[in-house]
Amino acid sequence: MSARQGDPIFEAYLAETMQLIEELEELILVCEHEGAFTEEAIHEIFRIMHTVKGSSAMMQYHNIAALAHALEDLFSLLRERPSRQADWSGISDLMLEGVDFTKVELHKLQNGEPADGDASTVIAKVNRLLGKLKDEPDAANGAGGAAASDASTAGTSGESGSATCGSGSAGGMIADPGASDGPRHFAARLIFTEDCQMANIRAYQAVFQLKDRLLDYRHIPENLLDDPDAEAVIRDQGFRLFMTTDRSRDEIYEALSGISYLKDLELESIAEPDGRCGPEPAEEHASRDSPAGGADGGGTDGGGQPAGKTAAAPGRESRTPAQHGTTIQVNVGKLDELMDLVGELVIAEAMVTQNPEIARLQLEQFQKAVRHLQKITKEIQDKVMEIRMVPLATTFQRMHRIVRDMSRKLGKNVALRLIGEETEVDKSVIEHITDPLMHLVRNAVDHGLESAEERAAAGKPETGTITLEALNSGGEVLILVRDDGRGLSRERILEKAKARGLLHRPEADLADREIFQLIFLPGFSTKEEITEYSGRGVGLDVVQQNIAEVGGTIAVDSAPGEGTVFTIKIPLTLAIIDGMNARVGEALYTIPTTSIRESFRARAGDIITDPDGNEMIMVRGECYPVLRIHRLFGVEGGRRNIEDGVLIMAEQDGRGICLFADELLGQQQVVVKSLPRYIRKLNRVRGISGCTLLGDGSISLILDIQGLFNMKHEGEDCHVGDRTERNLAG
Amino acid sequence: MSETARNETLLDEEDSQRDKYLTFVVDGDTYGIEIRYVTEIIGLQKITPVPDMPAFVRGIINLRGKIIPVMDMRVRFNKPFREYMERTCIIVVDIRDLSIGLIVDSVAEVVNIPAGAVAPPPELTRRGNRFIMGIGQAAGEVKLLLDCEKLLTEEETEQLLTS
Repeated sequence: MSARQGDPIFEAYLAETMQLIEELEELILVCEHEGAFTEEAIHEIFRIMHTVKGSSAMMQYHNIAALAHALEDLFSLLRERPSRQADWSGISDLMLEGVDFTKVELHKLQNGEPADGDASTVIAKVNRLLGKLKDEPDAANGAGGAAASDASTAGTSGESGSATCGSGSAGGMIADPGASDGPRHFAARLIFTEDCQMANIRAYQAVFQLKDRLLDYRHIPENLLDDPDAEAVIRDQGFRLFMTTDRSRDEIYEALSGISYLKDLELESIAEPDGRCGPEPAEEHASRDSPAGGADGGGTDGGGQPAGKTAAAPGRESRTPAQHGTTIQVNVGKLDELMDLVGELVIAEAMVTQNPEIARLQLEQFQKAVRHLQKITKEIQDKVMEIRMVPLATTFQRMHRIVRDMSRKLGKNVALRLIGEETEVDKSVIEHITDPLMHLVRNAVDHGLESAEERAAAGKPETGTITLEALNSGGEVLILVRDDGRGLSRERILEKAKARGLLHRPEADLADREIFQLIFLPGFSTKEEITEYSGRGVGLDVVQQNIAEVGGTIAVDSAPGEGTVFTIKIPLTLAIIDGMNARVGEALYTIPTTSIRESFRARAGDIITDPDGNEMIMVRGECYPVLRIHRLFGVEGGRRNIEDGVLIMAEQDGRGICLFADELLGQQQVVVKSLPRYIRKLNRVRGISGCTLLGDGSISLILDIQGLFNMKHEGEDCHVGDRTERNLAG
Repeated sequence: MSETARNETLLDEEDSQRDKYLTFVVDGDTYGIEIRYVTEIIGLQKITPVPDMPAFVRGIINLRGKIIPVMDMRVRFNKPFREYMERTCIIVVDIRDLSIGLIVDSVAEVVNIPAGAVAPPPELTRRGNRFIMGIGQAAGEVKLLLDCEKLLTEEETEQLLTS
C-alpha cells in the first residue's frame, strides 16, 4: 500500500498514531511521577503499543512497528507479573526513548519524507531489559509465561471456556458450543463509527490483525479492497466476519475490540462455520464486565494471562465506545467556515433589524420576533465559539516532559505545578502559544532556577517549583509562567542593554518593570554560555512576536531571590473582538478596545509641533506622538481643527500614541474579516489589520496599532507629508 | 442531483457560455469580457477607500457580506478619472477564485463572437493595449476583448512604472 500525503488512510494513521503516542507519553510521565506503574497503566500502555504495532505494520512502516512490537512484548511480560518490583525509572527512560523515536518518524512522514530511522538500538535495549526481566526468577510465572502476546493457547482453554460460559449465561445466550477443545466457530459483526473513513480498510486491517490466530475465515463483503461497494455495505450492515479458530472467545473478542473507530462489536459462537447468525446476539460489551470478573478467580492460578486480559477489558471498554460515541472529529477548516457564516449572520441580522426603511415604524410583533431572533443568533454565536475552544491542558501537559528531561540533564530538582489547565482558548491561539510557552519553561528551568546548592545556601527548598497557571479574566486569558528562582538581575540587564546599544533613555528614568521589559528586545540574551536548552540565539523577542501574532502581549515581573513571573495575555478568540468605532470624514475605523487607554478632547495650545512637522501632546507629564488619521490615510473631508475632533490614546507594549479622529461612534463587538486577497497581494497596506462590517452594511477598517507605530517611525525617516500628498493626488 | 447529471449541466453551461461576451463601455470604447468570468452586475455601491492602493483600486465594497475590491477601469486603462454617474456599473468577476468588481461607465449587452471573428490585437505601444487579447467583430461593431487574467497580474509592472 503506498502511503502519501492527502491519502485519507495515511492521514488517519498519522493522526491516530500521533494521538496514541502523546497519550502514551503522558501516561509514562504520570506513572514516573507516582513512582510506579499501576496495573491499569501497564494494560493501557500494552494496548497502545499493540495498536501502534498493528497499524504501522499495515502501513508498512516496519521500523515503527518493530519498536512497538518490542515494547509490547516488554509490557506483555510486565502485565503478567504486575506486583513485582522492576526498575521503573529505567523502563520510563526506555519508553520515552521509544516515544521520541516514533515521534521523529511520524514527523518525517508528515513532512513527506520516508520513515527511515533505525530503531535497532532502542529495540536492542528493550530486548536486553526484557531478557533481564525474564531471567529474574519469578515464582508464579516462570519462563513459561513468556512475553509473546499471543501465547494464550491450549493451556488456557479451560478457564476461557468458563469465561465464555459465564458471559453467555449472563447475557441469556446460547452456550458456547466450542467450550471443549478443538476448533470453534464465531460470527462477528463490526460496526464502525460514522466518522470512520475508509471502513473497508479498517475491516481489512481487522482481518489482517486477526488472521494469524484463525484457522479459517470468511467475511461479508468478500472483497474488501477492490470492490467499490464494500465500504457502503460495511457502513449499512456492518462488517461480518465468520471465523474458525482454536483460540478462546475472549482472545478473539479482545483482538477485535482493539480495532480503532469501532462503534459496536457483536461476537457470538455458532455451530457451523458458514451458519447464519442465530438469534440476534445480546450486546456483548454490556454483559461483559461482571462475568469476566467472575472468571478471574478461577483463572488466576492457572496461567495468569486471562486474568490480565479480563482486567484490561473494563478499562478499555469504558473508554472506546464513550470516545467514539459522543465525540466526532471535525476539520478545523469547516469550523472556520462556520465561524465566517455566523459572522455574516450577525451582520445580516443587524441589517434586517436596523433597516432604515422600518426604523420609524411602530411594529410591536416585529420587535418581539426580532428579540427572539437576536437571542438565537447570540446563542449560535456562543456555541460556535465554544466549539472552537480547546482546553490548555494538552499544551500544559507537554511541559512535564520538558521539565523532566531538563531537570535530569541539568541536575536540578524541579517540580512543575499546573493550575487552571482546563481554561479554554481558541484553537488557533493554542497553535501560536505552544512554542512560546515551551521557551519560557525552558528558560525558567535553565536560567531562572538556581542549582540545588545555591538554593540550599539561600535557605530555599532544594526543589525548585515552576508554576504554569491559566485563568480567565474578562475577554482575555492570562497565562502565567512563574518560577521561584533567583529572579532577574536589574543590573545585569542594564549592563547588557547598554553594551548592545538598546538603551535610549537615562537609566535613572526607568522603572524596574521597564528595565525587565528590555529582555524582550531583539538581540538581547543574558546568558553568556550557550546551553543545550536555551540561548541558541532565539530570544524572548521571538516569544513576544509569536504572542503578538495572536493579538496577545507579554510582560515580566521579578523580585530578586524570589523568582520571576511572565504574564501572557491573549484574547479569547480572534474572530470577534471588542472594537471602538471612530469616524474620519466619511471613512470608518475600528480600534480594538483592548489597546485603547483613553480618549479626550485637546485644546489647540496642547499640541506641540517639532521642526519636522511632527505633532506631539503632553498628557500628565508624558509626551505622546499625535497621528492624524485623515493625514495618514489621505482621507478627504473630516475635521482639521484639533479642537473639533477627538484624540484616542492607543497603547501597545507600554508605548502610547494619540490618534486624531472626527468623533467616536461607540463600542461594539465586531467580526474581524481579512482584507480581500487581491488587496493583500498588492502588499502595500500598513496600519490596517483587517476590516469589519457594521450593522448598516458599511465597512470599517480595523486599525493595527503595532503597525501604526512602525509607520510612525518610518514616517520620521522619510517624511509622512510626501506620502500623504501622493495619496491625495492618487 | 446526481453526479453525472450535474456534470452534464456544467458541460451545457460551459457550452452555452462559449464565445459569449459581456460588453461594456469605458470612455467611449466598447470592451468585451468573457461571460464565464462574470458573476453578476450591480449598481454603484458605497466604496470604502483603502489607503496605500494604486489609483485604479478604488477600495472595497460589501457584496452581501463578502468584501471585494473594486477597480476603476477608466483609471486602469490610463484614462482620466470621471465622477460616477447613474449609469456607472460594477461588473463582479471571478478570476481564479478571486472576486473583484470592475467599475465601468455602462454595461451594453451580451454578444456572440465566434472565435473566427476575433483578430489578434495590433502591435501597438499604447499602454491600455496590454489587457487586450483580441479584437472581435459583432454586428458591424468592433469590441476590444479583455484578457481578464492580465487585469489582475499586470499590477506588478504597473507598480514598477508608477513608483
